[in-house]
Amino acid sequence: MKMPQEIKKASTMNLIAVAILLGAIAWLGFAQVFSSYIVGIFWLSCIGIIMATSLNLTNGFLGQMALGHAGFMLIGAYTSALLSLAMVRADVLAGEGVQQLIRFVICIVASALLAGLFGILVGIPALRLRGDYLAIITLGFGEIIRVVIQGIPWAGADGLGQGSASPVLYKTGLGFNNATKSHYMFFIALLTVLCVAVILTFIRSRFGRAIISIRDDEIASAASGIDTTFYKVMGFAFSAMFAGIAGSIFAACYSSLNTGNMGFMASVNYFVMVVFGGMGSITGSIVAAIGLTTLNEALRSFDEYRMLVYSVVLVLMMIFRPTGLMGTYEFSLTKTLGRFRGKGAGKKQEEEVQA
Amino acid sequence: MSEFIQQAINGLRMGSVYALIALGYTMVYGIIRLINFAHGDFIMVGAYTMIFVIPVMLGFGLPAWTAVAAAVIVASAVGVTTEAVAYRPVRKRGTRMSALITAIAMSLFLENLAQVLFTSNPRVIKASIFSLPAVQIGAVKIDGTTLATIAIAAVTMVGLQLFIHKTKMGRAMRAVSEDKQASILMGINVNRTITLTFAIGSALAAVAALMYCAQYPSVMPTMGSMLGLKAFVAAVLGGIGIMPGAMLGGLTIGLVESLSKAYSATLTGGIITSAFSDAVVFGILIIVLLVKPAGILGKNQGEKV
Repeated sequence: MKMPQEIKKASTMNLIAVAILLGAIAWLGFAQVFSSYIVGIFWLSCIGIIMATSLNLTNGFLGQMALGHAGFMLIGAYTSALLSLAMVRADVLAGEGVQQLIRFVICIVASALLAGLFGILVGIPALRLRGDYLAIITLGFGEIIRVVIQGIPWAGADGLGQGSASPVLYKTGLGFNNATKSHYMFFIALLTVLCVAVILTFIRSRFGRAIISIRDDEIASAASGIDTTFYKVMGFAFSAMFAGIAGSIFAACYSSLNTGNMGFMASVNYFVMVVFGGMGSITGSIVAAIGLTTLNEALRSFDEYRMLVYSVVLVLMMIFRPTGLMGTYEFSLTKTLGRFRGKGAGKKQEEEVQA
Repeated sequence: MSEFIQQAINGLRMGSVYALIALGYTMVYGIIRLINFAHGDFIMVGAYTMIFVIPVMLGFGLPAWTAVAAAVIVASAVGVTTEAVAYRPVRKRGTRMSALITAIAMSLFLENLAQVLFTSNPRVIKASIFSLPAVQIGAVKIDGTTLATIAIAAVTMVGLQLFIHKTKMGRAMRAVSEDKQASILMGINVNRTITLTFAIGSALAAVAALMYCAQYPSVMPTMGSMLGLKAFVAAVLGGIGIMPGAMLGGLTIGLVESLSKAYSATLTGGIITSAFSDAVVFGILIIVLLVKPAGILGKNQGEKV
């Protein structure tokens, strides 16, 4: 057993580290140090982190292969865009500055709730299936969401009353400009840290342990009194909720939305992040999300070869290292520091964690 | 009424394309329990082969559809290579999840390879593939392409059934799909049987490519993905792993798609328009999976603990 005091120490250290990180981002963001290109990559990385960690919840920890994650992101993006647009048109909190922030927060909350709701609606029927079938049914739901949004008259063109059914929504009502995006870097970073923290806490809670036990053996965990359907749907909806938040950030990142960019291929893109990082490793998902997003942008000019290389790497990985880069490894600040201070101390701590 | 029959015939035409593709999915699933996501892309491989071979065939004075022979050979080669290079090593070491990820990766690979080689711009087959006269029955006119498509599908399916049930190789395939371990003990070369399954499945995809291109002569790298997904829905609808099920499912999906495109707007008062036809197909999949996951012709199997 770990001493409560040690936990206290560890969490204080983690808090300080996160605060330093956020402080640095805040300073860099408000001083507008970075070019809009770097800021864009930062935003996309944050979206990637939220998407990958939340998808990891379903794919890695719940052990259910879902291929429609981008569908929930799409719901979040459109909810945010249209809600914000409605507020601007109705002249509620339509201004810049604080009003914009409040509007954004309201949109994020609404997106999370709606995506979570759809997660429950999709999850209840879908999670009756397993393995390949689940992959296909989630893929089907993802496509249905996309096609339906394309067909809704007020979700295309100029949106709401002035809209018409089309794959592109030109006005999102959020669509931050470059300076605003730089200012919001702190907020986005904070949001991402919060999302990851909540997901981590969730995994380590009673619910998370139930979910992991379902992954390891569904029949045995049902026999041990775990309501498998409830926990599966809960995990799935929880993951969908975060996809909704990511979608909300996505809507703020671009001035127009295109359903074509968020179909099956987008789901696969985030799925690749999870697999690369390691199914069952939040650290892996974060590293893969940042790495792949940066690579994507850096290799823009080789775009057609990029996917070719990814697919080959994916196949090689499945042959030689099916667990992904990190496996189920999680980064721990205290452990790493302990290792620096002296190998003995680090090892002792590790043993304690394992015990 | 004649319009309804016309739509139904169109549905049958598309349905026979789906049926052939679905057969490939079902055969592979039956034998190694893997959803071969790359199967849709074998269609694309077949279609691109035809783009290049049709002018050659026309140069020799042969009809355009003879290019399907080359398409069958190339698609089979790609299918067998995919199995040998990617699926087999993963099957040996990994879980079903990693096999599924490999299948998705191979699908991405083929699509992007085609994109690199042929660019993403659609290419058009200029020659008409079947130049057959239309047939007029009462008020219904059936054009030559439709007749040829349905006829080819029927002949292929009957041929396949005969192969599976009357030949030694076919019996080996059925044996492996029923019990792999036992068939090894009976002296069946399982790996060769799997290779053969992939070859036949990809060949069927190439034939489907011919039928599809006869109607829609535009070829692009991503053409296989949606086609493959819908055919997969067909395979699940009929009962995956069951060959007559794939045929039934393919025809059903074709009919439903065609009729829902034509009539859903009028039936639902304009709420569900033809833009939703893809959603309708996936909606069918979801309903089938929920009501009878084993498919129309499938038997429910209990789970062993």
